[in-house]
Amino acid sequence: MKALVCVKRVIDYNVRIRVKSDKSGVETDNVKMSMNPFDEIAVEEAVRLKEKNQIQEIVILSIGSDKSQETIRSGLAMGGDRGILVKTEKDQLEPLSVGKIIKAVSDKEKPDLIILGKQAIDDDCNQTGQIVATLLEFPQATFASELKKNDDNSLQVTREVDGGLETVKINIPCVVTTDLRLNEPRYASLPNIMKAKQKKIDVLEIGSFDIDIKERLQVLEVNEPPERKPGIKVDDVDSLVEKLKNEAKVL
Amino acid sequence: MKVLVIIEHDNETVKQSSFSTISAAKEISDSVEAIVLGQSLDSVINELKKSDHLKKIYKIDHELFKNPLAENLSKAIQKFAEGSDYTHILSPSSTFGKNMSPKLSALMDVQQISDITKIISDDTFERPIYAGNAIAKVKSNDPIKIITVRPTCFEPCALNSSVNVESITVNLDKNNSISFVSYDKSKSDRPELTSAKIVISGGRGMQNGENFRLLEGIADKLGAAMGASRAAVDAGFVPNDWQVGQTGKIVAPDLYIAVGISGAIQHIAGIKDSKFIACINKDEEAPIFNFSDYGLVGDLFELLPKLEEKL
Repeated sequence: MKALVCVKRVIDYNVRIRVKSDKSGVETDNVKMSMNPFDEIAVEEAVRLKEKNQIQEIVILSIGSDKSQETIRSGLAMGGDRGILVKTEKDQLEPLSVGKIIKAVSDKEKPDLIILGKQAIDDDCNQTGQIVATLLEFPQATFASELKKNDDNSLQVTREVDGGLETVKINIPCVVTTDLRLNEPRYASLPNIMKAKQKKIDVLEIGSFDIDIKERLQVLEVNEPPERKPGIKVDDVDSLVEKLKNEAKVL
Repeated sequence: MKVLVIIEHDNETVKQSSFSTISAAKEISDSVEAIVLGQSLDSVINELKKSDHLKKIYKIDHELFKNPLAENLSKAIQKFAEGSDYTHILSPSSTFGKNMSPKLSALMDVQQISDITKIISDDTFERPIYAGNAIAKVKSNDPIKIITVRPTCFEPCALNSSVNVESITVNLDKNNSISFVSYDKSKSDRPELTSAKIVISGGRGMQNGENFRLLEGIADKLGAAMGASRAAVDAGFVPNDWQVGQTGKIVAPDLYIAVGISGAIQHIAGIKDSKFIACINKDEEAPIFNFSDYGLVGDLFELLPKLEEKL
């Protein structure tokens, strides 16, 4: 089995987000960037399947500027075999365009499993996996919290849905998007980081794909969220309960 | 303009998220219709037809839709919508809508607008990005707008009407590449984290998993859901699915109680839409106090038993 893992370079989850003063977006200059945490879980899952000999090759795909090579390298350091960067100078591509590019790469690479995070923590869209599955006509299992390979060329995937867990059986080839509970990603060891530097990353220009990446959604402005009113400190449990009951009226 | 709302249900009752989505649809147009796909839909239809604002309900009652497999739902809805003049197709941004709606958008070659929190006009919407740390105002240039709606941002519609229902069929082949195996409803008697009116969470200050019992008694009395900070999850105190924050669950209850949580950025991102936030922390300099409506400084091991007693 061959896995295609799609990873996105995003602002690190620990960075305080600052909205630009001209409202055009959020500040990304001199800000720490990392792999989208949900995509890290996807890489980890692919590596675990490889360690169980259920996957033979892991290809790490990212779409972005040259800097996204760093993100691919961290996936290679975790255990990916080779990388593909689809290069674009555009800051943000919309999920529909991303889905079309992943489909095109997949048509060439022919993976059995496409695995990626359920959403990116920058635009919070939660669409790409579903779009890829639809365009390729592969079955999908989104929000995966458990994944098992069956003997009959299918996967049994447990999905985190509102109010419980749903289990589906999907035939290979398929698309899986990952949720938090699926696994805890490993830290790459120093030797593996060094080894990753030797692994191959193919760079493809986005223009070489015959795909229209023009925006359908225009971002008119990006604003700070409404400020929370400053709160108060209460002296004891009694006054806390009193405030919650009579002032906030939430008890 | 004409809006189609896709109804979420469990073949028995209509999910509250659907009624909120109907309210959002009404803000876009007076012409709102709904479609329900499922099996043995009588009780669902009886409840749904009371919805205010709906002009018509279409129902597709077929065994293919017994379980909400997105492959089947999206294809059927696309076939239904193709021959009509809908300008907007709305779903709740629950796991149901998030799973299905992007597939519909891909089938119709439309860029979906995810998780809207406000409607500015029929083509312009607000949606949170970076876990609510910024709000984007976006305008869609697609001829049809496919949208998921954050249910907690729209009051559920009232139920005083009697809407016409039309039964329809679509031709759809069974998709053999996916099959439903099982659904395990959470065994907990507590409400779901993401829809609970009250949430109480513990952080690293709880010191170990055992001490989360101190929160349980309070959660029982309040009918609250229980959560935790990433620090508490990483330390192994409680399972992963308790995690509230940017990479965990985003919550927006009426009351959020943070106990022994310092208030890291990624935690705040997941709770900032709560109506009221209360916190208990022994470090009065902890950032959580800056985000709390009511803060109580002190030792949680002393204060929690007192709080449970007072409730």
